[in-house]
Amino acid sequence: MELKGYIRQDGKKGIRNVVLVVYLVECAHFVASEIATPFKKLGVQLLGFGGCYPNAYADKVVNQLCTHSNVGGVLLVSLGCESFNRMKLAKAIEASGRPVETLVIQENGGTLPTIEKGQTWIKSTLELLKETPTIYIGLEDLIVGTICGGSDATSGITANPAVGLAFDKLVANKGIAIFEETGEMIGCADHIISRAKRPELGKEIEKSLNKAAQYYTIMGHGSFAPGNADGGLSTIEEKSLGAYSKSGSAPISGLIKPGDVPKESGLYLMDVVPDGEPRFGFPNINDNSEIIELIASGCHLILFTTGRGSVVGSAISPVIKVCANPETYRRMSGDMDVNAGKALDLDHSLPEVADEIYDKILEVASGKPSVSEQLGHQEFVITYKTFEPIGPSCLV
Amino acid sequence: MGNSRKLIQLSTQDNVAVACQALQQGEILDFNEEEFLIEKAVTLGHKIALKDIALGEKILKYGIAIGSATQAIKKGEQVHIHNMKSDFIPTYIID
Repeated sequence: MELKGYIRQDGKKGIRNVVLVVYLVECAHFVASEIATPFKKLGVQLLGFGGCYPNAYADKVVNQLCTHSNVGGVLLVSLGCESFNRMKLAKAIEASGRPVETLVIQENGGTLPTIEKGQTWIKSTLELLKETPTIYIGLEDLIVGTICGGSDATSGITANPAVGLAFDKLVANKGIAIFEETGEMIGCADHIISRAKRPELGKEIEKSLNKAAQYYTIMGHGSFAPGNADGGLSTIEEKSLGAYSKSGSAPISGLIKPGDVPKESGLYLMDVVPDGEPRFGFPNINDNSEIIELIASGCHLILFTTGRGSVVGSAISPVIKVCANPETYRRMSGDMDVNAGKALDLDHSLPEVADEIYDKILEVASGKPSVSEQLGHQEFVITYKTFEPIGPSCLV
Repeated sequence: MGNSRKLIQLSTQDNVAVACQALQQGEILDFNEEEFLIEKAVTLGHKIALKDIALGEKILKYGIAIGSATQAIKKGEQVHIHNMKSDFIPTYIID
């Protein structure tokens, strides 16, 4: 199966051609938003980091997002006195061959003149991007991530295992698949480690799982709630396995941290828990902070499983919503791409739902908007975190 | 739902199946060409033993151990915190 995509000057292959308006501190958020809003339906999206203090993680994530395969051009909006290294960022975008402009509000006469200049740049860049060369891309060019949010008793028996089967098929067809949530894998450690392609990688994965368990203990964040037992879950490992089943059964090729982009086909685990002492709060404050990290690691699209019914999408990469619960699907079908809950019906099965998810990946990759994308959802959040670089055995 | 599934087995190695809907006490289910008598009503998401399970035996779901039996469990019986436990962290519930 061949899909049509966009080829960038740096060799990256994307399935969308968006222009980003990126604010580099909350103080520039409004101006950036005003620049982007009239062009929203033309593929112009807003993104940004709100913090004024420097942070290597945020710097890396923003850099990776601005040079993402789905991104065709970037307008940076700076107030002028924030700490973000806008010069380094602009240089990196320029070096990637993407059109880039930096507008410093303090140097451009404030709100209105900056908005005007920004919109002029957007108009000419949109014209320029019409000339973006297209190419055929294959599954080997595709990176797909998965997360779950708003889970219920059906998540672990329909949507999550179905995504796992779809991941197996994706990896068998030379694609790249990424799963995460090391903080919710207590009890699965032996199994995850046994799936590592190399013993040294298994040791690195074990370290990351231990780190996650320790971090959550310090945060006082217990994972097993009484409501889980009401829903039929008996142990922490059973709950973990429900989420873990999204990873399917392929061997694990590598361990990455947010912003590391896998190069070889295979299944990858993303370590999202910060290194060192807990410093900036919970590892991931909400579903979108996980989604944006997956996208910073190159994901072209995201499979989002939900039981209770999430509505979010994301900036940059389409989100495919896989609904685990048939009742939720009935209530919120206008927000869902796949009704995985039908696997509870005797006339349907998990492999059938997995095939549907797989076909949906191809459909959305070929340009058809996902439901959340069509509705205009473009949520994002980038927080403060601290990471050490990955170890030498994590990626080969 | 038209032809609703009552139980789902997530891996062929599993010794439990998961209820896909509320199951009534006394209900007799045909599953995997066997008959199962539901001794106690359970709701969606709860587990039913697919065979007799001995004390200490691992409970397998997704083909992976999710804990161990704390007593002998009969085929058709519900498998939950009253007759199984975590091999990692004890499960606490609010009574």
